[in-house]
Amino acid sequence: MEQEVLNLPEGAVPGPSKAPGARSIVRARKRPVWEIGFEVGLEWLIRLCGISAILFVFGIFAFVFREGAAFLFSSRFSLVKFLFTTEWYPTSMSNIRYGVLALIVGTGSVTILAMAIAVPFGLGAAIFISEFCTGRLKEILKIIIELLAAIPSVVWGFIGISIMNPLIQTVFSVPVGLNVFNGATLLALMSVPIMVSIGEDSLKAVPDSFREAALAMGATRWQTIVRVLLPAAKNGLLAAVLLGIGRAVGETMAVLMATGHAVKIPHSIFDPVRTLTATIAAELGEASVGSDHYQVLFIVGILLFTITFVVNLSADLIVRGVRKG
Amino acid sequence: MFTETQFGKSRRRAELLAKCVLGMMVASMIIPLFLIIGYLVKEAWPLLSLDFLFTNPTGGMRHGGIWSALLGTLYLVTLSLLIAAPIGVLAAVYLNEYARDSWFTRIINLAVVNLAGVPSIVHALFGLGAFVLFAGIGRSILAASLTLAIMTLPVIIASTKEALSAVPISFREACWNVGASRWQTIRGIVLPNSISGILTGVILQVSRAAGETAPIMFTGAVFFKKIEAGNIFAYSIWDQCMALSMHLFTITTQVTDAPRALPFATAVVLLGTVLMVNALSIGLRVYLRSRKKW
Repeated sequence: MEQEVLNLPEGAVPGPSKAPGARSIVRARKRPVWEIGFEVGLEWLIRLCGISAILFVFGIFAFVFREGAAFLFSSRFSLVKFLFTTEWYPTSMSNIRYGVLALIVGTGSVTILAMAIAVPFGLGAAIFISEFCTGRLKEILKIIIELLAAIPSVVWGFIGISIMNPLIQTVFSVPVGLNVFNGATLLALMSVPIMVSIGEDSLKAVPDSFREAALAMGATRWQTIVRVLLPAAKNGLLAAVLLGIGRAVGETMAVLMATGHAVKIPHSIFDPVRTLTATIAAELGEASVGSDHYQVLFIVGILLFTITFVVNLSADLIVRGVRKG
Repeated sequence: MFTETQFGKSRRRAELLAKCVLGMMVASMIIPLFLIIGYLVKEAWPLLSLDFLFTNPTGGMRHGGIWSALLGTLYLVTLSLLIAAPIGVLAAVYLNEYARDSWFTRIINLAVVNLAGVPSIVHALFGLGAFVLFAGIGRSILAASLTLAIMTLPVIIASTKEALSAVPISFREACWNVGASRWQTIRGIVLPNSISGILTGVILQVSRAAGETAPIMFTGAVFFKKIEAGNIFAYSIWDQCMALSMHLFTITTQVTDAPRALPFATAVVLLGTVLMVNALSIGLRVYLRSRKKW
């Protein structure tokens, strides 16, 4: 029922020009001028709020850019050095260097490992909930996944320090438990809910006739899933993975607390790293407003904004492709 | 009549195996979750009491309760809600009732999705650049709440849009046909019929705002601030404040010799608040669905 309402063709929704009787009848009763004026004003306010999301996205970019711009275009800053060297010594006395490659690799390694854990689990859970569960069990699982998504990232970080850290030390007998593996496990748990909900949506969007046709041919449920549903829903599932990646790249508090603090390229999953987000969170408090260090942190912010923007944009374009097809 | 072939058996076995493996995947996410929550509560148990909530932290945050942080979070959440709710609801009204299916509407929707995807630390940079420095508000509850409000706006927009679109189009048509204007229809028919759905989104915003740390770190939250215990008007919106999430971060990473139960108890209070608020929203949604009339 809801779906039908949502998918009504545009022609069925009367726009201002398409609801001709409406205003004239009201005017015939002579509504007071202030009331009409109020309504016009309110409609403009609604339009303004409607475009507020666009204003905010541009505003975010503009203000973050504004704080970092002076240094970005100054002669002391070289984009190549910034992106491709691993030496991050923003407070060095003798030779200040801003190279974020180690931070990018840090973010990348944590994200990739997190996705290696989260993608099979997230999509597996989406398939299980969508195709093998019915009724009450399905509802309960969906609610638990939703509650999983609600856990604040600082609590995840605390779990990383207080529970995962000693656990990793004993189980894998490594000296430090705050490392790539710890952060990636937390990020995996944090990005699983969004994958499950988007993945489940895209499986639900596959028409039942597909399932019926496969079952009528004698396929088992599992065969139907592998041969029919997954190919049909692959764009939606890809978008789910991309949104999970976006979530993992942008996550701050959990990785700040759980990945250890070492600006270096990791050689194993038990090496500590530092991510782009954690660097901003850890250093912005110490950098004095307007200093080079402060501006570089804003440039890192622009980098992060760009990465997540591209990831989210592609996820959205992929989903839109699904809806059109 | 039919005898099962070897082929059929192996297919059936594959199906069973797949079901078990997938089920175990789900279980392996959910069971540790309950174990973790259970462990947190167990470790926090000695400190959990009403006293813990209503006394101030003392002794360099090594003793005492969490009152000043709890109150700060309450201020931040309330103020950000007051800012985000009207904008979010009106934006959803625009998207659902006014906007047509055009490229412009598509861009707005894209902006909402991207706003939801902006990393929380970038929101913090934005809040610092725009509100604290550019607007000259300074580090304060107001600046932090504004940042939180923008960050949680997509939550309200998305759920309000869903609630509005669940109102059947025939309701609106009936209203237009008796001569009501567009706004009268929204005011008289659409909003009253979707108010509880909108409420679930607003509650969800509260839970999001209460748990966030990064956006308030540089815009208004401080490590420690002394206020009068038990007085709920202890902060003004121009003050900096403590916040529960920030407090948990501080006592976990900066105060190394705090008693073991203290960070656990703080985490349990924060987690408990967020999960309860969320459960309220989910409960309301399930209840609404059960008594839906159309």
